[in-house]
Amino acid sequence: MNSISCADGQPMEAILERHPREEASLIQVLQDVHRAYNYLPCDVLVQVAEALDVPVAKVFSVATFYKAFSLDPQGKTIIKVCTGTACHIRGSGQVIEEITRQLGIGPGQTTSDMGFTLKTVNCVGACAMAPVLIVGDQVHGGVKPAKVAKALNQEGPRDAH
Amino acid sequence: MRIESKAQFDSAVRSAKKAAAGRKLDILVCCGTGCLANGSAKVAEAFAAEVEARGLAASVGLFTKKTGCHGFCERGPLVVLKPSGVLYTKVKPEHVPEILDKTVAKGEIITKLLYKNPATKKPVEQYTEIPFYKNQTRVAMRNIGQVDPTDLEDSLAHGAYAGLARALFHKTPEEVIAEVEVSGLRGRGGAGFITARKWRAARKAAGERKFVLCNGDEGDPGAFKDRSIMEGDPHAVLEGLAIGAYAVGAHEGFIYVRDEYPLAVVHLTLAMEQARQRGLLGKNILGTGFDFDVKLSRGGGAFVCGESSALMRSIEGKTGEPRQKYTHATDRGLFECPTVLNNVETWADVGAILEHGGPWFAAMGTEKSKGTKAFSLVGKVKNTGLIELPMGTTLRHIIYDIGGGILDDRPFKAVQTGGPSGGCLPESHLDSPVDYEKLTEAGSMMGSGGMIVMDDRTCMVDVARYFLSFLVEESCGKCTPCREGLKQLLIIYDDLVAGRGKAGDVARIERLAAGMQLGSLCELGKSAPNPVLSTLRYFREEYQAHIEQKACPAGICRDLTAYEIIPEDCNGCHACFRACPADAITGEPKKAHTIHQGRCIACGACYTACPTDAIRFFPKVALAAAASGQGGAS
Repeated sequence: MNSISCADGQPMEAILERHPREEASLIQVLQDVHRAYNYLPCDVLVQVAEALDVPVAKVFSVATFYKAFSLDPQGKTIIKVCTGTACHIRGSGQVIEEITRQLGIGPGQTTSDMGFTLKTVNCVGACAMAPVLIVGDQVHGGVKPAKVAKALNQEGPRDAH
Repeated sequence: MRIESKAQFDSAVRSAKKAAAGRKLDILVCCGTGCLANGSAKVAEAFAAEVEARGLAASVGLFTKKTGCHGFCERGPLVVLKPSGVLYTKVKPEHVPEILDKTVAKGEIITKLLYKNPATKKPVEQYTEIPFYKNQTRVAMRNIGQVDPTDLEDSLAHGAYAGLARALFHKTPEEVIAEVEVSGLRGRGGAGFITARKWRAARKAAGERKFVLCNGDEGDPGAFKDRSIMEGDPHAVLEGLAIGAYAVGAHEGFIYVRDEYPLAVVHLTLAMEQARQRGLLGKNILGTGFDFDVKLSRGGGAFVCGESSALMRSIEGKTGEPRQKYTHATDRGLFECPTVLNNVETWADVGAILEHGGPWFAAMGTEKSKGTKAFSLVGKVKNTGLIELPMGTTLRHIIYDIGGGILDDRPFKAVQTGGPSGGCLPESHLDSPVDYEKLTEAGSMMGSGGMIVMDDRTCMVDVARYFLSFLVEESCGKCTPCREGLKQLLIIYDDLVAGRGKAGDVARIERLAAGMQLGSLCELGKSAPNPVLSTLRYFREEYQAHIEQKACPAGICRDLTAYEIIPEDCNGCHACFRACPADAITGEPKKAHTIHQGRCIACGACYTACPTDAIRFFPKVALAAAASGQGGAS
């Protein structure tokens, strides 16, 4: 789904074409790069710095400031557990524990087969359905630890092919 | 076709209304995030397919409309039939033929899909009769759930851009500001600054290039009103921005949308394109010679970017660090130009104020807080969802009459407003009216409208710790009081919840909090101690229990809590066994079960699962005491 081919450097050109070549475009460019590669590869960041005429240090300061960016490759499927206030008091902590038990990864980590990355999100704005778990694009509401396995498996086969 | 005069605008609205009237029956399927997660997209598809297959569009004028959030997320997917106003809840695709056969064809009501009033146990047919909706007054959310957010014509039929037309055709910029001043509108992002004053300052500021910005970086956990407005009625936001731009003399605007809100980005982008095509944005708007266009800026997932100066830096492509405000943004803001920044809800109010007049808006609310306010009512409350009410409504009315009371009829403990900058208010404040001043006096704040209800199974020390851990992550780190203060506070709270609290901790917390309020650079740091101080103010005895008795009265802090089954109350239903994630419960069906303390992780899943209240919790210290032969458990 997120796997635009990046072998030939094509997406970079396409991304840079979409934005004016100025510092103000930096975050928008990085967002597009992140979507194309599923993370921010270091060499691409250097390219971005040159293209927008921004110091490399500045590109890295922006890339590390915002939560939406990762400098490490991400798993094929991103699991997001909402830890907003409503989810917290309705038990999102237990949902995280259950995922950790099943996949052996904590928040911020990726399974060794690069299948899943587990992330926590401060609030996805679906508080009425707390606690909320998002596996790939699929939003699950009212999640209890017992429902975690099913939610993870649903995503599994779809990604396998 | 571009609209280039007042006559053309009026005729466009007339034809949009005529087209809407031609749709004799509308089926509104809620496609807000909550209902989508419950499968409403499939319901909408099923309706569209059935309507097409049966040729109902041509024969009876029946159309399916995907709308934004209806607010009653708890009961989704929601379907409203118009004009009858019948609301069906928890609708599945397999119900679709039945709804068309019975309700649409014969006017029969399908009782099993109706909402049942828990108080009277009676089903309610009309959505306007459901207490959750009946008690609301919608201004900013006037069209959400009514219009298809991807269809400009539908919005026009519901009054979109009428306020902009009134401003451009009948008022000077000064008169627009005066109208907003009369309305008494204050910033809906939380701080409550008077909107007209901000606009006037920017209008008077020197400089050719000026900006209007929309703050859609709704970062407070537990708040999602802005999300629903941007997703469900994007034209209301664009209309407000265009009016504001006209008033202050700006020709450029930005909407800064939170990274976690992808659907808002899609709907806003589409709305902008449609508005440009019709001459409601861009060059020569409505043929008046006024130019204004909007760009969308996606946030990078940083809470601090909701702060005004950080937000502007982020739009400039920089890290979102706040700066000191020697000068106001209305003099030097985005790209050093005069800038007006308002919240999504504020902008959505503006169009309605220009359409209906300032006095209409000012007639609602309290002396200093005029109009209505949107809230997301969430947490341990029966009817969770999105609501809008006149300012000055009491918390009790909101939680009990609209929210239907506390989940599982447990005792109320506190309501948290204002997110990480706000506080927790106890039962003694339930009858105080909700407005900017009253909430601030009580040690909380309006914030962006998150209202999180907490019951007796919520630990207030844990809640304060939760906000600290949130803020430690989100502090930008630029100034020391915020960065280090939060870190030190969190260390103390980690000790408190783990049973390592010591005498003097409360005084240390208060000293650190005072230093942060005094010395932090931006409002994030200055207000960061609010959750801590408000819980100390109203729930000090819980702190004492954690420190002195090493006990968590709510039974939430795991290191301090143990669970046991009361054998005589246990009917052996096995529910706790199934709920336990740690395999710590054993027992044969229909016989009393046992919790094995060595394996129990004190998560409380069994306590929640037990249908007969046969599980109780008690301070863990009692276990150690029992083991050393000094007394029984609890």
